[in-house]
Amino acid sequence: MDSNQAKQHNLVGSESASERTLYPYVTGSSVVAIKYKDGILMAADMGGSYGSTLRYKSVERLKPTGKHSILGASGEISDFQEILRSLDELILYDNMWDDGNSLGPKEVHSYLTRMMYNRRNKFNPLWNSLILGGVKNGQKYLGMVSMIGVNFEDNHVATGFGNHLARPILRDEWHENLSFEDGVKLLEKCMRVLLYRDRSAVNKLQIAKITEEGVTISQPYALKTFWGFAAFENPTVGAEGSW
Amino acid sequence: MAQAAVEVPPKGGFSFDLCRRNEMLSNKGVPPPSLRKTGTTIVGLIFQDGVILGAGTRATEGPIVCDKNCEKIHYMAPNIYCCGAGTAADTEAVTDMVSSQLQLHRYHTGRESRVVTALSLLKSHHFNYQGYVQAALVLGGVDANGPHLHTIYPHGSTDTLPFATMGSGSLAAMAVFESKYHEGLRKEEGINLVCEAICSGIFNDEGSGSNVDVCVITKGHKEYLRNHQSPNPRTYVTSKGFSFPKKTEVLLTRVTSLQEKVEVVEGGDAMEE
Repeated sequence: MDSNQAKQHNLVGSESASERTLYPYVTGSSVVAIKYKDGILMAADMGGSYGSTLRYKSVERLKPTGKHSILGASGEISDFQEILRSLDELILYDNMWDDGNSLGPKEVHSYLTRMMYNRRNKFNPLWNSLILGGVKNGQKYLGMVSMIGVNFEDNHVATGFGNHLARPILRDEWHENLSFEDGVKLLEKCMRVLLYRDRSAVNKLQIAKITEEGVTISQPYALKTFWGFAAFENPTVGAEGSW
Repeated sequence: MAQAAVEVPPKGGFSFDLCRRNEMLSNKGVPPPSLRKTGTTIVGLIFQDGVILGAGTRATEGPIVCDKNCEKIHYMAPNIYCCGAGTAADTEAVTDMVSSQLQLHRYHTGRESRVVTALSLLKSHHFNYQGYVQAALVLGGVDANGPHLHTIYPHGSTDTLPFATMGSGSLAAMAVFESKYHEGLRKEEGINLVCEAICSGIFNDEGSGSNVDVCVITKGHKEYLRNHQSPNPRTYVTSKGFSFPKKTEVLLTRVTSLQEKVEVVEGGDAMEE
């Protein structure tokens, strides 16, 4: 990869090899999430791209954190694993107090924001866009943190390409108190558009649901696609030989 | 002698003589003037009787909206219309040029123009200029072979599609099309879907805004619906506008004319020659 040449170029300038993240290697594509009647629904496909190759097709990009939240990430997979490890430590430390309190989604989101912003200030970012969703004491929470520490909370969020393709659909069609089936249909609609129009998407996705009762992450499945348009089957009708 | 012996006529295409001057200027810190771009969302789809084209109406010059209600659906032939995104001058000029070429061709052949003719003329012009003509077009029309919809990219490549979007708002509009388009749409359904896609671009993309223009082309008939939807009207705080609150009461009105200070003398000095 041309990153090797870039690293050598760095060696010429500085004292040692660069120990900061300069570019991502194995990346996950978009994650889309919405609030619905009982909690949060989050969807992500299972692809890990190595540059422009779709190298890994069973990467789980949705992980439960603690009792009350799910974390979905797009971007560098190794940084995602590092974040999971840090969150594990955080949750464990909290559990060890054994005081009946547990970290809710708002707290985890705040921790992630601080972590991402701090790393960005040291010019060594964790190359991820994270979505944190959860339910605690009946309160639904859905937030996003980007790799430079931009964070916000909303009724529907998406990362990467999802911002351009999925959010317009969600802005139009999301409403309060979506039922589970309607929420899943809406997410699948967004994921289908992403599958058609994002080159790094794979047709193998998981949908995660989090409610007061707990987290369920579905088995991987594929979406149905339609390619039978007349113009696709015969684009040169009336002008044989053209393109 | 230093001069050339024969005057060589210019070869056509672009002349790059001023590039050195531009480089020198930008090295001295003079920024180049910004282009008037159409930014925009343009869409087209094929429905059961023909083609529907749609476009936003915002034209931008950098961060400023320079035209709130410009027309991006250009006439090519009575049965062919073309939406243009990119540099406004390029889209206007290239569609104008091909439109007149099509008219001449109609006089020559005595027949209705075909969409593939317009397509070939546009794509070969674009390819000749190697992408410097920054016009991304959605061309649609109905001819003897049925309805056709094509996209033309600045470098000259084309696509034949059942539904198409171009411009900065193309992703937002494509999201709507990909989730809602199916073959065999009726006219009202088609117009509604086009308006939805343009509105998605207007509200979710900064380069697109203002109103929705729609053009419906069917066999032998076309409807150009300028400002079919205006989802961004000007709203005032009160419907009456601004009114000054009544503060002081008028007790007395008296008009006194000013005294004349200048005395006009009849038959004064004659004007000096």
